[in-house]
Amino acid sequence: MSTPSAAVPPERPETVYFFGTCLVDLFYPQAGLAGMELLKRQGLRVVFPQDQTCCGQPARNCGFFEEARAVARAQFDAFPEPWPIVVPSGSCAGMMRVHYPQLFADQPDRERAEAFAARIYELSWFLVHVLDCKLADHGEPVTVTWHASCHSMREMGVTDEPKRLLRSLENVTLVENPRERECCGFGGTFSVRQPEVSAAMVADKIDALRSTGATEMVTGDCGCLMNITGALDRMGGKAGPPLRGRHLAEFLLERSDDR
Amino acid sequence: MTADVQTGAGAPKAGSFAERAHLALDDKPLRANFRRAMDGLMAKRAAQFPDAADLAALRARGAAIKERALARLPDLLEQLEARCTGNGIKVHWAETTDEANRIVLGIFREHGVKTVVKGKSMVSEEMHLNAFLGEHGIQAIESDLGEYIIQLAGEMPSHIVMPCIHKNKGQIGALFAEHIEGQRYTEDVDELTAAARRVLRDRFAEADAGISGVNFAVAETGTLVLVENEGNGRLSTTLPPLHVAVMGIEKLVETLDDIPPLLALLPRSATGQPITTYVNMITSPRREGEKDGPREVHLVLLDNGRTRVYADPELRETLRCIRCGACMNHCPVYARVGGHTYDAVYPGPIGKILTPQIAGLDAAGDLPHASSLCNACVEVCPVKIPIADILVRLRREAVRPSASNAVKGAGGGWTLSESSAWAGWKWLHANPVLYRLGSRALALAGNLIPAGLPPLKAWTSVRSKPKFAPRTLHQLARDKGFDDA
Ligand code: SF4
Repeated sequence: MSTPSAAVPPERPETVYFFGTCLVDLFYPQAGLAGMELLKRQGLRVVFPQDQTCCGQPARNCGFFEEARAVARAQFDAFPEPWPIVVPSGSCAGMMRVHYPQLFADQPDRERAEAFAARIYELSWFLVHVLDCKLADHGEPVTVTWHASCHSMREMGVTDEPKRLLRSLENVTLVENPRERECCGFGGTFSVRQPEVSAAMVADKIDALRSTGATEMVTGDCGCLMNITGALDRMGGKAGPPLRGRHLAEFLLERSDDR
Repeated sequence: MTADVQTGAGAPKAGSFAERAHLALDDKPLRANFRRAMDGLMAKRAAQFPDAADLAALRARGAAIKERALARLPDLLEQLEARCTGNGIKVHWAETTDEANRIVLGIFREHGVKTVVKGKSMVSEEMHLNAFLGEHGIQAIESDLGEYIIQLAGEMPSHIVMPCIHKNKGQIGALFAEHIEGQRYTEDVDELTAAARRVLRDRFAEADAGISGVNFAVAETGTLVLVENEGNGRLSTTLPPLHVAVMGIEKLVETLDDIPPLLALLPRSATGQPITTYVNMITSPRREGEKDGPREVHLVLLDNGRTRVYADPELRETLRCIRCGACMNHCPVYARVGGHTYDAVYPGPIGKILTPQIAGLDAAGDLPHASSLCNACVEVCPVKIPIADILVRLRREAVRPSASNAVKGAGGGWTLSESSAWAGWKWLHANPVLYRLGSRALALAGNLIPAGLPPLKAWTSVRSKPKFAPRTLHQLARDKGFDDA
């Protein structure tokens, strides 16, 4: 891991690209759509290239670098203009921002990879630092807790941004999760290579989330979302009061939607 | 005094990391012991570094010191040897652990040594030195309280700084009652400490030699720096007439000025202490007119695969490690399964990168996969070792060895089905048209995939099956009129 991308916020652009991520594409398209809608409401033109697929992280993390590079190259082609690329996932953003330059360090197209990496922004960071996004809250009072993704925090340097967005909502009470900085146990293939360790991690995470008394868990990464809500669902009601999980973009959009 | 001491290295546990983890996760007291201890250590470390900018500056300094030393390692080792020799310390080189063991045995035989007191040393664990000496009729008693406890139990350390952190007061009380003559069962920590002290005091007095590790060796002056809390290290290196220090060749720094910043990082990262109780700096055997100290000091420099690690610039960063254990204290995997699950001398994140590099990927190839790559270790490492990147590098070596052939056993870790799965994955994701067709097909029919198929099976063991959305984001974005280019 290089230093978190303490990126200097660029000037407010007219157009941004949106990178949906494969998990969002297949399992949580509403979260992706919500992210695009939020950006659009800030007056931006949002472009979603139909040729985008996946950032390549799964292969890279398993050591299959050539395969990861082939998929990364397809993304370079899909996002040709120099516009910022906004990503609703700290993990995929971290892959593209931090790991592409490493992955291509000894490749002929290294510069292309670096230029692409420099255009990557995590959604909540972009909303806060580049767009100075203000949202009106039209929702009922609710208590929520934030689940931070490891790569968002430690690769993208996103820590307080999502919480700032949540706190800015009038009727939302944010309660801090006592194990916020601890991994939920997804880790891509880790959850299937070490299913039992992963299970212990997600169980503890759920205990911590439940201890907050919140009824909603909001997160910025669909991998964590799938892991935690999948485990919650399997436990059913037996382990405690209902706790709903959602992607930040979906939550923010729903509350600020006045239609 | 008849403390019954076993010198074995602990029975190795068979099977894979996942199998050993299964046993550890089932062990409720073990899990509670680790969780409690690691939570405490994390809080203590955090309290030591209240200012993020100060910490960042200190870490950068620590990393730079070690990097600078490693950049000149061959030269500095020669300088160290020359200075030590000049100071009257006898220097020995060992390429393998076996060679190192024989050197130590040779020194002891020459002096007719029968009993030895040992300070804590991870390199001696790497050598399995106690067992080796035991086989040759020399009894080595651990004098660090934690090491003494696990020696009584016949186990390996489960942590590099706090070797018996996996045991609670009750377990230690029972162990003492069983092994120490005249000791009743108690959970009173002071009483237990006093009992160990009683045993060890006699051992110090009668020992023919002392063994220690080395935290830092200073090339400029030939000084061996030893950091400890109990005073046992000082006793082990001054009371007996002979002192043998063992160290890995990477534990070197250039100058004495390099020591204070490292001392500002080591205990605070390790145990959350501002400084340890004892910092011993050994530069020579007893000199004319001095009242204490050994008559003879030996330094054994162990390679054991380190030059191989050193040869690769990316892997070399592993050698910056100052063995503080912060990475394990903050590792969510380590906190759940404990050190013995790694079945290696060095557990936790540093062990996951060090062990396969030393022992080879055939022997320890599953360790690099026992991580969720959450980067908690990377965040806390005082010398900024990119542990997660090295884990991925080792995973890559298992798939396709690099041209330099840097890691033993590389290229043997993949299975045909795994590589063909990734070939298929690449084919699908590097071709946008195929991806769109494939993802639409999954949206339509993916939910029919049975939960019992391999990757899903592990996933669904504790989670419900993820549900494919009826339409992909690609489709929805187009429906909603978002531009494509
Ligand atoms: S890798 Fe870093 S954190 Fe872990 S023991 Fe070594 S110095 Fe400490």
